[in-house]
Amino acid sequence: MIQVSNLQKKFGKLHVLKGIDSRIKQGEVVVVIGPSGSGKSTFLRCLNRLEEPSDGEIVFEGNSIIDKRNDINKLREKMGMVFQQFNLFPHMTVIENITLAPMKVKKLSKESAMDIAFGLLKRIGLEDKAYAYPSQLSGGQKQRIAIARALAMSPDVMLFDEPTSALDPEMVGEVLDVMKKLAAEGMTMVVVTHEMGFAREVGSRVLFMDEGKIVEEGSPEVVFSEPKHPRTKDFLGKVLRC
Amino acid sequence: MDFSFLQKYYGFFIEGTSITLFLSFFGVVLGVVLGVILALMKLSKNILLKSFSSAYIELVRGTPLLVQLYIIYYGLPRLVGLDFNDNTLGIVAISLNSAAYVGEIIRAGILSIDKGQLEAARSLGMPHGMAMKTIIIPQAFKNILPALGNEFIVLIKESSIVSVVGIHDLMYNADTVRGNTYLPFEPLVIAALIYFTITFILSKLLSLLERRMRAGDSSI
Repeated sequence: MIQVSNLQKKFGKLHVLKGIDSRIKQGEVVVVIGPSGSGKSTFLRCLNRLEEPSDGEIVFEGNSIIDKRNDINKLREKMGMVFQQFNLFPHMTVIENITLAPMKVKKLSKESAMDIAFGLLKRIGLEDKAYAYPSQLSGGQKQRIAIARALAMSPDVMLFDEPTSALDPEMVGEVLDVMKKLAAEGMTMVVVTHEMGFAREVGSRVLFMDEGKIVEEGSPEVVFSEPKHPRTKDFLGKVLRC
Repeated sequence: MDFSFLQKYYGFFIEGTSITLFLSFFGVVLGVVLGVILALMKLSKNILLKSFSSAYIELVRGTPLLVQLYIIYYGLPRLVGLDFNDNTLGIVAISLNSAAYVGEIIRAGILSIDKGQLEAARSLGMPHGMAMKTIIIPQAFKNILPALGNEFIVLIKESSIVSVVGIHDLMYNADTVRGNTYLPFEPLVIAALIYFTITFILSKLLSLLERRMRAGDSSI
């Protein structure tokens, strides 16, 4: 579904991604872990070209993301994204946040956009918040709404950029639950996270990144219990101790 | 002080006030439209648009409004070879001047919005223009409303400068009344009162709007 080859990203002199090769298949839940500064968020943000790759190729459903002749907006419709800081639109109610893109971008009628939105709100258990403003919600609620907003475009893949890192600990669970349900329904997902429990339980494949490269990858069982690379061992040793 | 002249000359003040309101209204509207364009140009990646906008803003901010007015009033008709109505030239001068200030206010407002907002909008497949229009500008507008209101009030007062080229605005007509009545002081008091009333009402309307726009903000 997504084919990444020799992806490079430089910020000025800083070489953040030093050649990433990966293939994400339909229905897979790929969890990207690694120390901060390893380039995992940059990698994710290159997938829908929020960051302009410096070199390499990304092909999504047969279309190059890099090729300027392809309409990136059309491709982005099929790639939902969830951010660490939620990025809900604060001047709009929850329901407006969710229906905006389906109506404006996909040109759905208000009725069908509302149907989709209420269906999603029901799934995440926040129907009663439809007419609330984001400022009236807790962090966990905001992030669940942000997931619903991305899902409202019926994407083929969902990209999660540290979705629980800005949350109070007691709210992490409710967001992870929504993500687990999504994974169980067969959604293709790429998740950058520090939640090792989630990676182990839900991930179909784990990528360990360090210094701009994929150092090790494999099924969660293998990576977590028998890491091969010394950097992976070191990292997992530190994060799994607690 | 003797205000009995008003009985005979009140019509001058009414005519002057309506011209002042007319000039200010179109000055504000055109100033905002041009200001949005200047701000977007200055924020664009296109180096040509960016430098044009920067140069324009620097030039307008760096020269007196009076000089700009004279240049427009005497220069524009000659430059394009057409005769313009005096009021039109007044509006052109005022709005071209205001656009530079409004442009900078709007640019600051757009920059004040977290870049995650644009990223979220773009990640949903919105083209850049749509994201700016539906997500960024409405939020920016709320943030800059106080500064924008200030600019509008400045514009109404500064519009009095068009009296020097003989446009019959409030200031010009007050001067006429001074000449006709040989009263050097009283007509100016009336003019000042009218200017103050206009700007005070505007100021109150703007704070009402501001309060309404903050309604969706944090209740926590």
